[in-house]
Amino acid sequence: MSDWKFMARQLIRNPLSLMGIIIIVVFAIIAIFAPLIAPTPEGHRNPYMIPHEGYSVTPRPPSEEHIFGTTQGQYDIFYGCIWGTRSAFHIGLVVIGVVLLTGIVLGSLSGYFGGLLDEVIMRITDIFLAFPALILAMAIVAALGPSLKSIMIALATVSWPSYARLIRGDILQVREEDYIEASRGLGASSMRVILRHALPNAIYPTLVMASLDIGAIVLAAAALSFLGLGVPEGYADWGQLVSFARNWIVGPPGDPLKYWYAVTIPGLFILFFVLGWNLLGDAFRDILDPRLARR
Amino acid sequence: MELRSYIIRRLLLLIPVLFGVSMFIFGITMLFSPTQRATLYISDPRQLADLPAVIELYGLDQPVWSQFTTWLGQVLSGNLGWSKVVGMPVWEAIWHYLPATLELAIFATPAIIFLGILFGTTAAAHKDTLVDHGTRVGAIVGWSLPTFWLGLILLMVFYGIFRGFLPPDRLSVQMNIMVNSAEFIRYTHINTIDAILNLNGPVLLDALRHLILPVITLSVVNVAFIMRLMRSSMLEALGKGYVLTARAKGLPERVVVNKHARRNALIPVITISGYLFAALANGVVITETIFIYKGIGWWAWQAALNLDIPAILGFALFNAVLFVLVNLVVDILYTRVDPRVRLGGTVQ
Repeated sequence: MSDWKFMARQLIRNPLSLMGIIIIVVFAIIAIFAPLIAPTPEGHRNPYMIPHEGYSVTPRPPSEEHIFGTTQGQYDIFYGCIWGTRSAFHIGLVVIGVVLLTGIVLGSLSGYFGGLLDEVIMRITDIFLAFPALILAMAIVAALGPSLKSIMIALATVSWPSYARLIRGDILQVREEDYIEASRGLGASSMRVILRHALPNAIYPTLVMASLDIGAIVLAAAALSFLGLGVPEGYADWGQLVSFARNWIVGPPGDPLKYWYAVTIPGLFILFFVLGWNLLGDAFRDILDPRLARR
Repeated sequence: MELRSYIIRRLLLLIPVLFGVSMFIFGITMLFSPTQRATLYISDPRQLADLPAVIELYGLDQPVWSQFTTWLGQVLSGNLGWSKVVGMPVWEAIWHYLPATLELAIFATPAIIFLGILFGTTAAAHKDTLVDHGTRVGAIVGWSLPTFWLGLILLMVFYGIFRGFLPPDRLSVQMNIMVNSAEFIRYTHINTIDAILNLNGPVLLDALRHLILPVITLSVVNVAFIMRLMRSSMLEALGKGYVLTARAKGLPERVVVNKHARRNALIPVITISGYLFAALANGVVITETIFIYKGIGWWAWQAALNLDIPAILGFALFNAVLFVLVNLVVDILYTRVDPRVRLGGTVQ
């Protein structure tokens, strides 16, 4: 347990990871209090659909009523960014949860039992890893029909193999340890050995690192949704807000930055969200990397 | 001799992977109805008029296994189906759009590798100084940047503020006419190379002007990635005994860093060339979409938007095969560069 305390102290002492923690906490607060920060208008049924007044395509600049302005189709950028935080956590947490579960189950079966089972599972991961991830995800979304669910299925499908491999490697390392032999000798079932002895001693670092991949998952989801392969029009999602702004990159002659808010603001939300997780992940990697430790 | 048997073994291992990949792609096609699947077998627009005949011809109402063998046979003979968004067979579309993407890659890859290694070495050589912290923060921010957003911001600045200085697309209108005229011979369809071969200055300049922003967009994230890897690899090398020896015998620091440490630190970086390929393949889809740069990434985007299933699956298959081959080459190179790698060891 002192390991964890040591780690926590390191994270808070390092200004970069401390900033990462602060950024993530701020986003978590935004997500939790979204209904208070950006209240859903009366009579609006689904809070995840951004309210819009009128259908005019031209974005309108920030004003009292729309503090970040409105984007193409008069969608309120502030509302979209705030509720988009919820969408981001939703996508990130669901995908990483599914991926980790699949990775842990298949990885530990593969590493612990070895033999034919290991061979089969590893060859399956080979097949998935043979594709550049975003391209495979694109193909899956296109095949399933664009929707939020398709994005999550696609991202889970392309990311589980690497986690299964990581966890398999971790299990392989501890499999021959004396305490595993001992519990086997005491007659513990394979299930018990894996769950009570092998996993707890093998995978915590992997688990921590993996959960910090939420940033990367959200980035990939935003890219898919920017490409137009994802959420329905008007759903509160950062990637889509950026794609709305695509036609408004350059303003009229004499005022080229007229619509700067439409593209800049949603992009900054994505950047900071991903940055928060990456800052934390980077610090963890340094702490866990035995080659760089205590030097 | 050992190397040869290693290569043969690796080539044999490719077969089950590629077989699995094709089975997976085929599995995706089975989500669709026979009428939708029929476009996977069409190589001539006239066939579109009579889909039931196509279903009959390729047995699309037959059991799955016989369909799989038919499909695999078609794929192996080069028939990947009909891409409706561009109105040509998928295989032809790949060859049509590939040169543009290659052009991007030709410029981006050296830039990424050179800058990544340079920044990584510098950061490691100045560990825990301002330079190191600066490059590290730069790398994390670069690594977190949404590529598509970066591209749009670059366009906003260089196309908007500096009126049309660095425009989207591949060539301007006049240059496009010149390129397609009779006196301009298209050797490779890679604009810059063709322009040099034709000794045509204006086309070369115009092509370069259109390349700058896409190349930057494509590079930033990957430079950050290689830089991070290079930094930690360098730090490890700098802690080694031979570096201490080099310093002890009085070599200048520059020589120690650039000759002794860096050469050894480069070895782990080579292993990720395979990764770099995948990152570029993913990156071109987004980059080409933003800049309306008509390469295979742009085509794949159009295909995905319009549910052009043969095109998107053909594109995925094409990329998977390339990726697998690139990884093979990287692994073989690795055994040449680092003799410590045991050839007979685990092949992963």
